[in-house]
Amino acid sequence: MHKLLNDSPGDKIMLLGNEAIARGAVEAGVAFATTYPGTPSSEISLNLFQMSQESDLYFEYSTNEKVALEVAAAAANSGLRTFCMMKHVGLNVAADPLMTLAYVGVTAGMVILTADDPAMFSSQNEQDNRYYAKFGGFPMLEPSSVAEVKEMMKDAFELSESLGQPVLLRTTTRINHSNAFVTFGDIKKPDIQGRFIRDPHRCVTVPTVSRGLHVKLLEKLEKAGQLAESSGFNFVQGSGKFGIITNGVSFHYVEDGIKDLGIEDKTSVLRMGFSNPLPGKMIKAFLKGCDKVLVIEEGEPFMEEAVKAFAQEEGIVIPINGKSKELFSRLFEYDPAMVREKIANYFDIEYTPAPKMDITDIPEIPIRPPNLCSGCSHRATFYEVKKAAKEMDMDIICPTDIGCYTLGFLPPLSMGDFVICMGSSVSSSCGFSKATDQKVVSFIGDSTFFHSGITGLVNAVFNNHNFTLVILENDITAMTGHQPHPGVDMMRHGFDTHGRINIEKIVRALGVEHVSVVKPFKVKKSIDIIKQALEFKGVSVVISQEPCALYAKGLKLLKPKAFMVSDQCTDHKDCINTIACPSFYVEDGRVNIDADTCVGCAVCAQICPENAIRPLKK
Amino acid sequence: METIRLIIVAVGGQGNLLASKVLGEAALISGVPVRMSEIHGMAQRGGVVESAIVFGDAKSSIISDGEADILLGFEPAETLRAINRCNKKTMVITNTATLMPFTVAIGRGIYPDVENVKELLRAKTAGLVSLDAMKLAKEAGSPMSVNIVLLGALIQTGVLGFSKENVIEAIRRRTKPAFLEKNLHAFELGMKAAQLS
Repeated sequence: MHKLLNDSPGDKIMLLGNEAIARGAVEAGVAFATTYPGTPSSEISLNLFQMSQESDLYFEYSTNEKVALEVAAAAANSGLRTFCMMKHVGLNVAADPLMTLAYVGVTAGMVILTADDPAMFSSQNEQDNRYYAKFGGFPMLEPSSVAEVKEMMKDAFELSESLGQPVLLRTTTRINHSNAFVTFGDIKKPDIQGRFIRDPHRCVTVPTVSRGLHVKLLEKLEKAGQLAESSGFNFVQGSGKFGIITNGVSFHYVEDGIKDLGIEDKTSVLRMGFSNPLPGKMIKAFLKGCDKVLVIEEGEPFMEEAVKAFAQEEGIVIPINGKSKELFSRLFEYDPAMVREKIANYFDIEYTPAPKMDITDIPEIPIRPPNLCSGCSHRATFYEVKKAAKEMDMDIICPTDIGCYTLGFLPPLSMGDFVICMGSSVSSSCGFSKATDQKVVSFIGDSTFFHSGITGLVNAVFNNHNFTLVILENDITAMTGHQPHPGVDMMRHGFDTHGRINIEKIVRALGVEHVSVVKPFKVKKSIDIIKQALEFKGVSVVISQEPCALYAKGLKLLKPKAFMVSDQCTDHKDCINTIACPSFYVEDGRVNIDADTCVGCAVCAQICPENAIRPLKK
Repeated sequence: METIRLIIVAVGGQGNLLASKVLGEAALISGVPVRMSEIHGMAQRGGVVESAIVFGDAKSSIISDGEADILLGFEPAETLRAINRCNKKTMVITNTATLMPFTVAIGRGIYPDVENVKELLRAKTAGLVSLDAMKLAKEAGSPMSVNIVLLGALIQTGVLGFSKENVIEAIRRRTKPAFLEKNLHAFELGMKAAQLS
């Protein structure tokens, strides 16, 4: 049995934040869940996917976040408790349905989880999605700990049902990827048979209907504001004239900081867990009890600006600060020592930070950037495209996309010149090819192609653009931990319940005139085929097919057969200088291959001018 | 109880996250509060992986620079890179077996001399335990057990106050049965090496 389906309430277990969220959904009786995977949210859906195989839960990996939210919106309007989760930038993709689902509302509890990523551990930006709650009109909950987020999930469903409105649950990476003890509660048995009751004056958003719905949305928000005033997630801790208003993980840094500074008896902390709409009365009452207030929140001054506005309404003139050059930044994440020091500075508490470690005599340590794995087929494809372009004397620019292969921008491959979001490789190629006379060759993974690459390709064919798109078909969503996508053979995973979409057929059906398929581990043949694609005037597509090495190893489709460098090596170092597989190492000036990590893709063997790289005989 | 802050640094694939989970389980068995934070995603593709583990009553689940009580490094250059997480009272435990960054392989950096790394770590902190965990893991039967060898060394120092029995129970609960014997052997070898260090 899946560990999160354990039906022994009271059991205490160490859980990852994302596991606690999934467990919270189960305890809340969630019947329907959708997602598109994205760090730091991915383990939530992975656990729900696994649990759906042994419970009544319906779960799907949807094609993208917009699709996931629309699928979920229908379930939540058919009376099923529904959970839709994604990373912060995923909510941008889903923003179109989001903004009008706010008007329509739901007939059963619906929680939309946005996993924000302050400091961008695994993201292209660090946008603060609390503004979506305000922008669209959603009640929002924000947990401070792993244990709290499980409980919050249950309250979020109740809150959603009491208002008929989806609830936004906003986490940050330090919730999703922290571990802590969690105590299991009762599992609520889900209602799994939905029924849609026609209600066109709520559900068909033509202008006359929407005008009425916007009025209702504001009424719902007013009610939500009243609930926020009495919510147990908004509370004051301690008493004293120093006021701190905080949220999320910062709350715990504040707790530790106050204790370390010994100002527990002088400080009142207002923790906001139900943070949209903000409880105005509660905040005003809090401000009246303080001489000075510090707002501590990672990201944007979401609360700070609201708190200052509440103070203005009440004519409260105490100092209220948060973001400033001397205090807190809108950049990156906070940490306990930083919060402690800012609190001490702001409230004039005597505090000497510990002396910084002197690291002036530490030698420079070579950087260890993340790298494509040993035997990664992307490395081969990048090499081949680069080689083909070089032999044709073409100066290419390479828009790329979001996935493991973004790492191809690093030297020595250096294949990746522009990326802004999922799917942008294809559409930006349209723009580059019109705006410049440079040859454009772009890269997109298979999962990303389904997510949002197809529309760009339709655009390219319709508007008669001129570029080569390389689709890196490795049979899985690799970066986020091997989730399926619509091109995956689900029979490999024991499912006979899914369809499978063939990328080559789609590309041909879209009217792309030059379509070719390469097996990237056949280096010379691939280069020849890629050259033909590069020569073509118009849209050409090269589909590079080879399963992700990690995924294939996991499924035992790939049995590693290591290679070695023989005595015939004359030290050209072409292998290292051009493809830099992490299995290479240099010892006493000579290249060697680590037999423990080499999977035997043999790409290096094919580019060695001396044919010195050979299978290792055991 | 008093707060103890442990940072583990490793290279993606060395089993750092599993080691953290074993320590978390050991804390549960020992009745010690614990919070841990880790970084997933892009960093795992051969990059540096860091876990922060906070034992005791503090509420935060991350550790600021200069505030680690213990630094456990799975790779010597990575241990040294994390020196800014330490202070003069920090206890450091490091693997001495190197994993060359590919930047070194392609000539874009020089790997520091391991003896020099050890000297620097020793000079700047309260004490250093160093061991070739790869050699010991292979001796235990699997290079994958580097993480458990290092756990053994950590437990031997006694700084966490966990009994050997509780950690062995945590290894039983958190590692795959097929690897259990090798892991228990690796744990013993790690403990022994730290004792001699």
